[in-house]
Amino acid sequence: MLEIKNLHKSYPIGDSSLHVLKGINLSVEEGEMVAIMGSSGSGKSTLLNIIGMLDEADSGEYILDGLPIKNLTEKKAAVYRNKFLGFIFQSFNLINYKNALENVALPLYYQGMKRKERQELAMFHLEKVGLANWAHHLPKELSGGQNQRVAIARALAANPKLLLADEPTGALDTTTSHEIMAFIQQLNDEGKTILMVTHEEDIANMCKRIVRLRDGVILEDVKVTQVRAEQYV
Amino acid sequence: MFDIDLWREIFQSINKNRTRSLLSGFTVAFAILLFTILFGIANGLQNTFAEAFSDDATNSIYINSGKTTKANKGLQAGRQIQFKNEDFSYIKDEFGNKVEFITARIYNNVQASFRNEQSSYSLRGVHPDHQFLEKTNVIEGRYINQNDLENKTKVVVIGRKIEEDLFLKTTALGKYINLSGIPYKVVGIFTDDGGDYEERIIYTPVSTAQQVYGNNDYIDQINLTYNPEMNYDQALAFSTSITKKLKDRFSVASSDQRAVRVRNMAEGTKAVSQMTFGLTVIILVIGFGTLIAGIVGVSNIMIFIVKERTKEIGIRKALGATPRSIVSIILMESILITAIAGYVGLLIGVGVIELAEPILKDYFIKDPGVSNSLVIGATLTLVGAGAIAGYFPAKRASKIKPIVALRND
Ligand SMILES: Nc1ncnc2c1ncn2[C@@H]1O[C@H](COP(=O)(O)OP(=O)(O)OP(=O)(O)O)[C@@H](O)[C@H]1O
Ligand SMILES: [Mg+2]
Repeated sequence: MLEIKNLHKSYPIGDSSLHVLKGINLSVEEGEMVAIMGSSGSGKSTLLNIIGMLDEADSGEYILDGLPIKNLTEKKAAVYRNKFLGFIFQSFNLINYKNALENVALPLYYQGMKRKERQELAMFHLEKVGLANWAHHLPKELSGGQNQRVAIARALAANPKLLLADEPTGALDTTTSHEIMAFIQQLNDEGKTILMVTHEEDIANMCKRIVRLRDGVILEDVKVTQVRAEQYV
Repeated sequence: MFDIDLWREIFQSINKNRTRSLLSGFTVAFAILLFTILFGIANGLQNTFAEAFSDDATNSIYINSGKTTKANKGLQAGRQIQFKNEDFSYIKDEFGNKVEFITARIYNNVQASFRNEQSSYSLRGVHPDHQFLEKTNVIEGRYINQNDLENKTKVVVIGRKIEEDLFLKTTALGKYINLSGIPYKVVGIFTDDGGDYEERIIYTPVSTAQQVYGNNDYIDQINLTYNPEMNYDQALAFSTSITKKLKDRFSVASSDQRAVRVRNMAEGTKAVSQMTFGLTVIILVIGFGTLIAGIVGVSNIMIFIVKERTKEIGIRKALGATPRSIVSIILMESILITAIAGYVGLLIGVGVIELAEPILKDYFIKDPGVSNSLVIGATLTLVGAGAIAGYFPAKRASKIKPIVALRND
């Protein structure tokens, strides 16, 4: 699914620069569910953003689904993001003046899908996350958990191969977190590859593999027995 | 390319951010409002001038005579110069190829009566060409013709006001009007844009007037129009050469300003057209200034909007928006706001002008309308202005890196 070799990334800070990723090697197969862990500032988000083509590495190789990701034009990056990737963020990142349905339909709009089709498909995904009745509500009228479910529906709408989640439960209470995790596990059961940043051990244990970062390198990369989230819901 | 979804996106964004959109539209609406009012006033002033000068042909030259003020060639000052038929023929022969229409004029005042109605009017003895020089509009019958001139027939062409004054509700055509005791046949009725005064004039053949009033061949004034293809300089040279020839003919000193006077309307016309042009330039400069201020205003607010929407743009990019789609959304939004606001300004401006028309009339501003071509021009300008105003903000938006935008909380 994805292959990363000797990836480096630094951020300029004033005259000097901060070396955040110092040679990352990572390979993820289709159908995996990976948690990326590490202390704050260890470069988890940076890595995820590079994988999501929201940011670019300084050096190293990154191959996504057989395609080398290097020096992409903005337009190409946009097309790849739309086709391959679904994003789930800690702060949901919904567009505040669009209702749930419109938010979910947005990636489909950028795919060039017809309005009617788009709305049907978006509705289908909203139903899947249990929010069919909330389709015409604005984000500010929904709870955090509901908003995150809208965001998940949006990430799924374009049927991406890889789902990237940066602390998807970071802004939610425990119960809601488990609900969201139950969803994500269900998606993984259906075959979606999932990469998730978290710094909560129990959330990480609900994945199938844990990658630990420290000081810009991978400290540990282990397979774990998945803890099912349903049992807590 | 008409993309209904793009428009839906734009309307939604404008609608959801009404205050902001209103704010940015305000400057443009105000600019166009100001421009429309200024333009209307300028237009009105121009109409007033144009009307003041359109009564008579603008390529006219009027030739008058007077007393000499300077001794010349042994002749004393104070000598009266009198034009005669031979002088009229002289000008016709000498300058025939440059002259379009030419007529003599003899002035008289007459007491006119028909049945019990009577009043005094000015009578003009003229040649047939006079009709074109004065832009006399014959509405019934005919004008003085060559035949009248040769036979010294006692015919007159009278203004509509005279018909109203003397003939009351009946038609004057074909009837005999009594001018100071002599009956003349009315062969034509005319109207004139010059107003009521011009419609209280009686025209008769110059030869008839000469025979009846003095039995001589005197002429009071010679009017002519030159070939309209002549440009301003040629026209001036032409009147200068007439002056010179006539002064020689009457042995008048070349520096004598009174004895032979040649007035060329081109001078006045030129002054008016220069003034009109100047006015237009000023209005355009002011109009463009305000429009540019409007563009800068919209552009600034759009930049602010883009900043405010940085996060949204980042989200859109993460979901697969291409730079181009971001550019078109911002650009279209800017064009739409500018165009709608501009139109509102235009409508208010036209409304204000319409309402103020009766008041403006007192200030010599006539028909201060705004033409269709201006509206079309304004539309194109506004779309252009919106595009210019939106271009830099749109470019800036398209360059936003999604990662930066998403971090921006
Ligand atoms: N655009 C940037 N410019 C400068 N420094 C940056 C930038 N983005 C991240 N950093 C720095 O890089 C380091 C890694 O950041 P990153 O966001 O990847 O950490 P993280 O592991 O996700 O931390 P957290 O758990 O707090 O989210 C941090 O020290 C951060 O301050
Ligand atoms: Mg992070």
